[in-house]
Parts: sequence; structure tokens; C-alpha cells
Amino acid sequence: MSMSFYVPAEQQMKDKADFARKNIARGKALAAMLYADGILICAENTSSTLRKVSEIYDRIAFAGAGKYNEYDRLRIAGVRHADLKGYSYSREDVDAQSLANAYAQMLGDVFTHEIKPMEVEIVVAELGEAAARDRLFHIFYDGTVVDETDFTVLGGGEADAITERLKSSYQADQPLADALRTAVGALTGPERTLDASELEVAVLSRGSGRRSFRRLTDDEVTSALGGAAIEVEAEPDAPTAESTSTEPDAPAAETTSTETETEAETDAEVELPGDESGDAAGDTPEA
Amino acid sequence: MTLPSFRADDDPGPSFLNVLRRAGGEPRWGDLPSDAPRPDITHGTTVVAIRYADGVVMAGDRRATSGNLISHRSMEKVFPADRHSGVAIAGAAGPAIEMVKLFQLQLEHYEKVEGAELSLEGKANQLGQMVRSHLPAAMQGFVVVPLFAGYDVRRGTGRLFEYDVTGGRYEESDFAATGSGSLHAGTVVKLGYRPSLDRTDAVELAINSLFQAADEDSATGGPDLVRGIYPVIATITVDGFERLDDTEVAERFRALLDRLSSPGSTTTTAPAPTMPGGAPR
Repeated sequence: MSMSFYVPAEQQMKDKADFARKNIARGKALAAMLYADGILICAENTSSTLRKVSEIYDRIAFAGAGKYNEYDRLRIAGVRHADLKGYSYSREDVDAQSLANAYAQMLGDVFTHEIKPMEVEIVVAELGEAAARDRLFHIFYDGTVVDETDFTVLGGGEADAITERLKSSYQADQPLADALRTAVGALTGPERTLDASELEVAVLSRGSGRRSFRRLTDDEVTSALGGAAIEVEAEPDAPTAESTSTEPDAPAAETTSTETETEAETDAEVELPGDESGDAAGDTPEA
Repeated sequence: MTLPSFRADDDPGPSFLNVLRRAGGEPRWGDLPSDAPRPDITHGTTVVAIRYADGVVMAGDRRATSGNLISHRSMEKVFPADRHSGVAIAGAAGPAIEMVKLFQLQLEHYEKVEGAELSLEGKANQLGQMVRSHLPAAMQGFVVVPLFAGYDVRRGTGRLFEYDVTGGRYEESDFAATGSGSLHAGTVVKLGYRPSLDRTDAVELAINSLFQAADEDSATGGPDLVRGIYPVIATITVDGFERLDDTEVAERFRALLDRLSSPGSTTTTAPAPTMPGGAPR
């Protein structure tokens, strides 16, 4: 039987934390912040295929810094968690908080029980119906969760310096282009610049249909950095897979009123298998 | 709910159905004992899809029946599958709607996990696999037969697919219909079809076909003028899935009814009463 030397728990945790921190610091940073119409996530990323920022659910986005394979695995687990939850309950019941907790449990478990902690930091952002309900959860390699109110910075060697810069330049309720300039300015600092090809930018924007996640194109980023405003068109992506959303007002269509549906509903929301199936099943007559 | 986590060599991949299966949440309709009495379940009926110049029109009536009863007057059978495709269903309503819900999720899940959409062909095959895995349930009476149509952004054209109970997938070049009234609806479309149809004509043809199907098939619902319930009609073009406004559909149906009831119409009128005393004076 092999004997291992006694290592105090404190030392063990410290070693793991140092290891994770050091490796996360080797990557590039990203910033997530609230702006007037939603949440902006801006990452320094030269790759246009290996994403740091992605869509998890209708109103939830994910961003990771550190080791790509590790945060990408977390991202996929998050998509599965959200889709399973939305399928078993309803689309409205999928929220960032339960996802952030699940991530925290997983990262915490790995940190405590595995030899190697995960070398990642992630942010889970949720767009609220109103700005006051926007959420930003910053989750660290050891499972620590921080609920941020305005902005947060992940990864990279100068996360602290970036946070300081953002703290001094951040303003609430900025238009998207201004917010983007603020974020990029904080990421670069006074000494360097970044152009669109070195940035990965995505938003969760209010009023852009069921799936609120959208990536900004290089052209949009370039023009915004040049001083122009960004039009986030309320894309009629609405009728996409409006799909499974369960609308409480569905039974209205069955009433004997001649007014079957509101206009908004007819052009955007295509019905909900969810509800109908419930009703249909209820109608199954006895044999 | 904990985070679903799998070993790298045991990963369910981008398929939501695989994830759901692992989580134990997959609906199973085929598990009834074979000698169980067959309940009179709710059925959805007639849907059609027609290809036209800019894409595809899909249409479905609103009636659901349980045996001889009308169980729903406003059921919807035409759904968006994703941005550029739609799915229409006929058959056992409960399983069919569940299938649509899963199919939509399957496409969206794939897109999110992989970061890219499936090809239209890939989507059609996915639906075929879902119909096929539903076969045991179909054998017990819960038959689901969908139609799938979409705009193929890679080829720049509308395409449509019909299925059989075994998951057999058949691409049709011009039009397809399924459900109890599909024979009548399909014939109307067949006679009126031209490859050069524009949106207006294609929608008109869809409306006409559903009207005639409802005229001949008791399980297919016609326009319900009293309650203002009209068939669901949607177009799928390069701009995506778009459901027609109910007011437009209502207008088209009124126009059709006016034409059919006008004196010059070819519609057969009711025969004169033959009972004594009821005869015309």
C-alpha cells in the first residue's frame, strides 16, 4: 500500500487555487456588462471559430475564460441543463440562477475532490423582462459565485487592472455602441488597441424576439468602435421555433368569442405544442 | 437539477433526444400491453404543403376529433420547426404535438451545441428518425404522420418531405398532403398546381384544398365563421417562417365562399324538396 505524506488541507487548497489562477491568467480577458437594452459580453479572442461567448437559452448567455476544452464542456452541459429544464417544466422556468448554482456545485466538487481543479472562470448572464431583473453571475474555478450588479471581468493576467478601468468608465444605461467602446477601452487600456477581428462580441438584447442572444458582426463592431451607433434590429426571428413556449393565454383561442387571437400573437408567436398537448390529452375520452 | 455531465467517450453529442433518453425523460407511447383496449384518442386531420416560386406554403385545418366527437375547434397543426422550416402534423394529437416539440428542441439544441444549423436535408432525416422510433406506438394505434417543409438556404429553393408510419422519408417536388382529408386536399392541389405559382396563388390553392377537404371529410374542419377560427397558413421563404395573419386568411375564405355561392358557380345546389306540400309553388 502506498503511503502519501500528510499535506495540510490549507496547503492543498492553496496549491490548487494558485495553479488554477496562474493558468487562467495566461488566457485573454473578457468583460460582461449591462447596457441600456440588455447585456453586452465582449471578449478578446482572435479565433472566429473557437468561441468564448455563446447562447445557452432564450435569455441566457455564457462566457468562459481559461482553458477552452474545459469551459466549452461547461457550456454544453449548460445547454443540456437548460433544454432539459425547459422541456420538463416550461421555457419561463429556465433561469440563470439555478444554472449558476449547478455550475458552482460542479466546479466546487472538482476543486475539492479531483487532483486538478478546472482552469476556468465563467459568467452566466440573464436578460430580465425589465432592466432591473438583468443578472450577471461570475463563477470562479473553486465554485465561488459572485452576483454582479453592473459588470464583471474574467480571465487574463490583468483582470484587476481592467476591472479598475471599467469601474471608472462604466455608466449605467449606455447605448450599445457606447457600452462597447467602454468595454473595449477597459480591455485594452491606454497603451494598445484591438480591432474587430480580435474581438468576439455578443449581446442579449431586449425586444429582439424569443431568442435574445445575438453576435455582432465584425462590421458592426468596427463601425461602433469608429464612433457610429449600432442598430439592433428587432429581428423578426420571432417566429423561429417560437415553439415550445407555453403561453398562458392559449385557451383564449377556444372561447366562443369571434376575436380569436391578438394581432401580436398571430404574427409572432406560433402556438405552443406544450399547451395543446395538455389539452388534447385531457380530451381523450374513455374507451 | 444538477448539471448533466458525461464522460468524453460516453457523450450523447448534439442530440437532445439522446440527452433526454439518458435523463430518463423520453416519452414512451409504445409500452401498452398489446391486448389493452384502444382508447378513442384525439386525432388531428388535414395538412398540405405546396411549393411555389419563393418557397413553400403550409396549411392545416383546426379540427381535432375523438371518434365522432369534435374535441377541439382551434387546434394548430402547422408549427415552425426553426427559422427556415416548418412541420405540420396529422394523426394522434398528443404524440404528434410532443413529437413537434421534441423536433423543435432537437434542432435548436443542435444549433446551440454545434454552433451551426443542420442542413435542411439533415433536419428532414432527423424527423424521419423520430417517426421511425415512434413505430411501436403507431402499431398500437397512435399513428403520427408529419409533413416537413422548408427553405433550403444552401440551394436557394423551397423543399418538402412527406413521411410514412415507418419513418420512410419521401421528398416531393411540388406538393404533399397528409391526414384524413388528404385525398381530397391533394386532388385539389394537384389540379390547380403550376410550377410558376406565386405567393397569392399558392395560398389560394391551399385555402381551396382545405375547404374542399372539409366539404368531403367530416374530420376536417372548414372555416368557422361564427367563432372566427380559420386554418393556419404559413409561408417559408428566404426570410423565414411566417404565419399569415388571421384577417388575411379570413378575407380569402370569405372571397372563396362568395364565389362558390354566386349564381354562376359550379357548386351543386341542394335538390328541390320532393315531399308533397314542400314542393315549389
